[in-house]
Amino acid sequence: MDWIIGIIVLIVKLGLVLVGLLLLAAYLVWVERKFLARLQIRYGPNRAGKFGLLQPIADALKLMVKEDTVPEAADRILFLLAPAVVATSALLMFAVVPFGSHLTLWGKKIPLVITDLNVGLLYVFALSSLGVYGVALGGWASNSKYSLLGGIRGAAQMISYELALGLSLVPIVMHAGSFSIVDIVNAQAKYPFILLQPFAFVIFIVSAMAESKRIPFDLPEAENELGAGYHTEYSGMRFGLFFLGEYVHMQVLGAFVAVFFLGGWRGPLLPAPVWLFIKIILVALIMIWIRGTLPRLRYDQLMAVGWKVLIPAALLNIMVTGAILLI
Amino acid sequence: MAEALEAIKALATGFATTFKHLFRKPITEEYPEFKRTLPERTRARIILTRDPDGGERCVACYLCSAVCPVSCISMQSAEKEDGRRYATWFRINFARCIYCGLCEEACPTSAIQLTAMFETCERDILTLVYEKEDLLVDHGGKDKEYNFYKYAGVVTQEGGKGEHIKEDKPVNVKSNLP
Repeated sequence: MDWIIGIIVLIVKLGLVLVGLLLLAAYLVWVERKFLARLQIRYGPNRAGKFGLLQPIADALKLMVKEDTVPEAADRILFLLAPAVVATSALLMFAVVPFGSHLTLWGKKIPLVITDLNVGLLYVFALSSLGVYGVALGGWASNSKYSLLGGIRGAAQMISYELALGLSLVPIVMHAGSFSIVDIVNAQAKYPFILLQPFAFVIFIVSAMAESKRIPFDLPEAENELGAGYHTEYSGMRFGLFFLGEYVHMQVLGAFVAVFFLGGWRGPLLPAPVWLFIKIILVALIMIWIRGTLPRLRYDQLMAVGWKVLIPAALLNIMVTGAILLI
Repeated sequence: MAEALEAIKALATGFATTFKHLFRKPITEEYPEFKRTLPERTRARIILTRDPDGGERCVACYLCSAVCPVSCISMQSAEKEDGRRYATWFRINFARCIYCGLCEEACPTSAIQLTAMFETCERDILTLVYEKEDLLVDHGGKDKEYNFYKYAGVVTQEGGKGEHIKEDKPVNVKSNLP
């Protein structure tokens, strides 16, 4: 009997997280368009509903009813699969994010995390590497020069920033003594890790933004040189999936910044999931602010920042943290 | 080191600038509620104007129709008893018109003119075909005083040979020999 209840609880949790993530992704688009508009002294969407609040729904409807075209020269199977890879790998990453400690229902303890993997952090890296396949294969399968260039850039960029991303979190693991994300949040009960590891925080934010392909690291989609980069040839909901992946990635990034550096769901007064939500939105707003301020990096600058600045800095950070922990 | 500081300062100024913009009133002109007055020479919906006496200016010379790059103007010319030319029918297909203004430039009588009225969207594309009655207005447009037949050396009710403005009396070619 126990395992049936376990499965029901798991499905309910999965459903709630999935719906929450997708809704938030849709409204994150609205938040981004509104906030970015205000940064550029515009109004942003304000026609569909009050304050344009129905805009995400209108956008989603439009994407769904648009024709789904596949270029004749495209590699059909890969072309159709690539957007799903991007969206699912972004969605799956949220499985290890704890959004509270636990609920007690009918005398049973239900942990507020979909799964507490003991290698949660490695799982996150594995999935974020998988996301590269969506971009690279999508670009390649389109059989268009813009898409291919976007895909190549995406692969190169994401592989080189993966290193800095991973290395920047090693000190966190050293402090927490565990790869499990739940343990990492629990280790921040007294104070968040941003106070201990400000450099790791900066390196993580920069390389995570590069991972999520947002301005100033949006070289794979560089509108003014590559059309739309790796998703040039996509239309309808397949393009929507790339788009969804990007915004889910933004939330996942916000969640991981919160989990690794800002104490996760911990916070005074308000319930735990609300704190996590506030932290995710805060990170998203800062990312939008960065988008509204900085221009795109040049390709060589991007590589130079990744390999010559972030990776050495992350390695140095690991050594210093190790030395301090030993003493 | 100085370079790094400079870079950080530059970044900070950039972020401060965008942050300040967050509290400024948006400069957007919200179109359907707010309509700005367009310049006088805006090129949009075409009209056929009349001279100060209320006569049709169009002399159906086909110049606008010939110059039109998308061939959206068509007409049939005719002549009244007094010698004034006019168009029996005159048709502009606004679904094709690109509002280039060449017809207005070609018109010798200031009859065809472009106005600032640009809101001509229609659901049914055939309603965008305008006939002469739809095009004719009862004013002179941008060139209010001009009356072509008062200047042209054509005999109509406006005047016979030599009776037009800035026109000399006809000379006897036989007595005009050197």
